[in-house]
Amino acid sequence: MKADPISLLTSLGHAVTSRLDRLGLAARFAFAVFRVLGVVFLRFGLIIRELYFSGVRSLSIVIVSGLFVGMVLAVQGYEVLQRYGSTEALGVIVALSLVRELGPVVSALLFAGRASSAVTAEIGLMRATDQLAAMDMMAVDPLARVIAPRFLAAIFSLPLLAALFSAAGVCGAWIIGVKLIGIDDGAFWSQMQASVDVRIDIVNGVLKSIVFGVAVGLISVFEGFFAVPTAEGVSTATTRTVVTSSLAVLLLDLVLTVMMFRGLN
Amino acid sequence: MSERQDIIRIENVRFAYGERTILDDLSLTIRRGEIVAIMGASGGGKTTLLGLIGGRLTPSVGRVFVEDQNVPTLSKSALYALRRRIGMLFQFGALFTDLSVFENVAFPYREQTDLSEDMIRTLVLMKLEAVGLRGAAHLMPSELSGGMARRVALARAVTLDPSIMLYDEPFTGLDPISVGIIGRLIKRLNAALGMTSIIVTHDLNETLRLADRVVVLSAGKVYCDLAPDDIRVSTDPFIRQFADGLPDGPVPFHYPARDYVGDLLAS
Repeated sequence: MKADPISLLTSLGHAVTSRLDRLGLAARFAFAVFRVLGVVFLRFGLIIRELYFSGVRSLSIVIVSGLFVGMVLAVQGYEVLQRYGSTEALGVIVALSLVRELGPVVSALLFAGRASSAVTAEIGLMRATDQLAAMDMMAVDPLARVIAPRFLAAIFSLPLLAALFSAAGVCGAWIIGVKLIGIDDGAFWSQMQASVDVRIDIVNGVLKSIVFGVAVGLISVFEGFFAVPTAEGVSTATTRTVVTSSLAVLLLDLVLTVMMFRGLN
Repeated sequence: MSERQDIIRIENVRFAYGERTILDDLSLTIRRGEIVAIMGASGGGKTTLLGLIGGRLTPSVGRVFVEDQNVPTLSKSALYALRRRIGMLFQFGALFTDLSVFENVAFPYREQTDLSEDMIRTLVLMKLEAVGLRGAAHLMPSELSGGMARRVALARAVTLDPSIMLYDEPFTGLDPISVGIIGRLIKRLNAALGMTSIIVTHDLNETLRLADRVVVLSAGKVYCDLAPDDIRVSTDPFIRQFADGLPDGPVPFHYPARDYVGDLLAS
């Protein structure tokens, strides 16, 4: 392609407007989904199924990952703390890292890869095989019947998964720190108990994972709902879900961290 | 309401996807109880027409009356109320792949009615019996052949006893036996349930056996609107090309292109 300034400008303009267009579509879609959320609460059975597929089936990957992340944190944390002679603070370091940051963020990233991608592929294929159209023609709103339960399942699952991730991580750190390295058991737990604050650390961590749940859930149903109804279209949509969700989680985490933790002490 | 009343009235409808005009000033009236086949070249707007009748698409110009309601102007709730009286069979059935055959047919009852579980079971088995698949109630859609899936989808489409049935290429991809079965079911259901059926199809033989009227679309308009017998004896070149499956004729074999020799020799 010739790089004359006019065509460069045109393609730049096209890139910007098409992205803005998609953002507008996503906003309208989100609005439409929020409007039908109330209906879904009346039929909680629909959400239970999605909670099982998205949440329960993600348990193993989240707990195992949490365990490993906790172990790694313990090894790395011990190396540094040793220099300052304060190895008993290992429990605090690990717990704060997990509850404030790694729990919500890593479990959201894992959730995007494990559950959201599956949701996008499922909805995309339902669209490609006219299942959503058939539902719509049967006077059943696909937004309420298919989209909203999957969206809500992400919001409900993520805080719980993040909590389990953090708990598994603390256990992992305990195995490495206390059992293998030999830090004092009592100091490990009591320092953690004294330094982890419910409001500042736990509540903020849970808030983060709720926000991540909204973002990841919305991205996965949006990409599936508007997937081009071909094999290639569904695969592109699935990839986009994972990439966009991951970036959104990391960006939101930065914003939330600044809002929540800047200026503490 | 009289028996011969118009149930669907399409008036001067224009529909376009972007720059590409699909339907242009099309008008068509369908009477209660009829089986009308819509034929025409692929991409000629047949499926679009079903979309307009079902309210899934909105025309840029014109009005679409179904049971005296102008579909494009209906609110979502009014449209959904109308759709409860319209059944649609999609091209490949569009069965819900995560539900069994039984649950697929039960779906409209569960979503639209407050019937008891016993009642739903009875009704579903009756619908499945009508399409000969009561024994397959426990199977999943992935375990069905194409013809069986189409029959289950047909049973699901008529669960709420619609007054209008829309069929989008019901015979595509089926073996001759299945085509015959589906054709006979369409005819029987239409008579038994007092429905009006609109069938978009390419299968001329089955259509001529089945339909009361054949509407051929061309260039976004109704090209002709004839009884099956008139189609058989028609000498119109377009209809003959269609009926005899000739590759070239008024519908050209070649997609518009520049001169062949010039194209090959172009560097």
